[in-house]
Amino acid sequence: MKSRTFVCIVCPNGCTVEVQYEEQEVLAISGNKCKKGAEYVTQEMTDPRRTIATTVPISGAELPLCSVRLTKAIPKKDIFRVMEEIRKVSLEAPVTIGQTVIRNVCGLDSDVIVTKNMKREMNKN
Amino acid sequence: MEQRDVVIIGGGPAGLAAAVKLKEKEINDILIIERERQLGGILRQCIHDGFGLTRFGETLSGPEYSQRFIDEVETLGIDFITNATVIDLTGDKIVTVATRDGLLQVQAKTVILAMGCRERTRGALAIPGTRPSGIYNAGVAQSYINLFNTMVGKEVIIMGSGDIGLIMARRLTLEGAHVKAVFEVLPYPSGLPRNIEQCLHDYDIPLYLSHSVIEIKGNERIEGVRVAEVGTDLKPIPGTEKDFSCDTLILSVGLIPENELSLAAGAVLDERTKGAFVDENFQTNVPGIFAAGNVLHVHDLVDFVSLEAEALAEGAAQYLKRGYLEACDIPVETDAKIGHVIPQRISGKKNFRMSMRVRKPTGKCRIEVRQGEHLIKSVPLPKALPAEMIQFEVEADQILPNGKIEVSVYEK
Repeated sequence: MKSRTFVCIVCPNGCTVEVQYEEQEVLAISGNKCKKGAEYVTQEMTDPRRTIATTVPISGAELPLCSVRLTKAIPKKDIFRVMEEIRKVSLEAPVTIGQTVIRNVCGLDSDVIVTKNMKREMNKN
Repeated sequence: MEQRDVVIIGGGPAGLAAAVKLKEKEINDILIIERERQLGGILRQCIHDGFGLTRFGETLSGPEYSQRFIDEVETLGIDFITNATVIDLTGDKIVTVATRDGLLQVQAKTVILAMGCRERTRGALAIPGTRPSGIYNAGVAQSYINLFNTMVGKEVIIMGSGDIGLIMARRLTLEGAHVKAVFEVLPYPSGLPRNIEQCLHDYDIPLYLSHSVIEIKGNERIEGVRVAEVGTDLKPIPGTEKDFSCDTLILSVGLIPENELSLAAGAVLDERTKGAFVDENFQTNVPGIFAAGNVLHVHDLVDFVSLEAEALAEGAAQYLKRGYLEACDIPVETDAKIGHVIPQRISGKKNFRMSMRVRKPTGKCRIEVRQGEHLIKSVPLPKALPAEMIQFEVEADQILPNGKIEVSVYEK
């Protein structure tokens, strides 16, 4: 039997979770305060996933950038591929929170959405 | 002079949460004063997610988190002015504000200090060497990259393992920079374990504990740093020096509550928190002046800032309705293992939430709240880290009418 230790990133508790496993089979999980911790390490053992947050250029707003994030975690290995896709888009004010920027980015079943309300400013182009 | 029941200085998470809660308590005459162009405070540039798990039960980015409160402020019709800087506050609660339309003076019945904190700078660390460009505080780099579309550099060294530094290590990496290393002078990280994991480990960024930048090199632009291991006295150990080339140095070496206005009003500050001494209602020693959020003590999570400001609003509303609050004569003190505690004095007649941080990482332990021999509360913890605030409720029916309260940590 082998064991691996993880720091759960689901919430600020940051539990240290120990997993005992054989081959691909998880035998025991300990150290997590809640069941999300168990779900996290089980996912992490086989297919680690992360969400990312970044910005895209926006025209006509108070600031030159608008913040965006993914609606669902994507495989860790695809982070930079998704960043490349996000880099290709730009927005025009006004935008509102939740507005979709890219649907199903890279076919990963996650959308890129706006996370900041930005009004149209008269004197900006 | 304009009269207001409540003036809130600062339209960040603390000020917004206090305003909404006060309005719910039927306090209607509120003015929020914000120096930036928009409400929201520092969350406007904190575009990463992970906010709101405690307060809203879901994970949000900073701008989304603050928008929830801004929406409520707008729906409830709470007055606010932006682009307006408070330049003076008196103990009589006269607030002087520099606005785009000239100077404004407001006589308030209650003032809520919600100015937040600022970053410790290179000057405070006295790092020897030249004074080239390319040295940024983590929060400054964050505003350049996330708000103003300005990349700060390509080859990056980060000094200090505070949460903003860790968040910026990831952000810079996503934007194509090479973050070479994070150096932390203490033998343990300052930031939260989950940020070490998802911001450093995920991107193979090394963290060197017990290391410090001892010299900065370069003339026009920074060209590199000299780093050394430090001993238990935090002084560099001769012979351990190493040179790293870089074009950017990010400092994430601590936050300091911004209390110039509090001092001007006569509030007494606690040497440990660098914020005001407060009672269980978050009232400072100046009657009718309250403080919550990072201006009071630096928080680990914005959720706790909101909750603290909401608790403050309960006390401030009661002060407005009655004209006074219960005397708080019981001091709260800590042992040497605890860095600070909030509140620093209580009435003993009201349940309250106690917040603290330990000075050093501690394994399994318990925190005891006592009055002499009398045990008020014992809180077992699986671990305690300086990066994390510890909070729990203390029930008034356990508190004796007299005698100072002492908070201690016992390792198992």
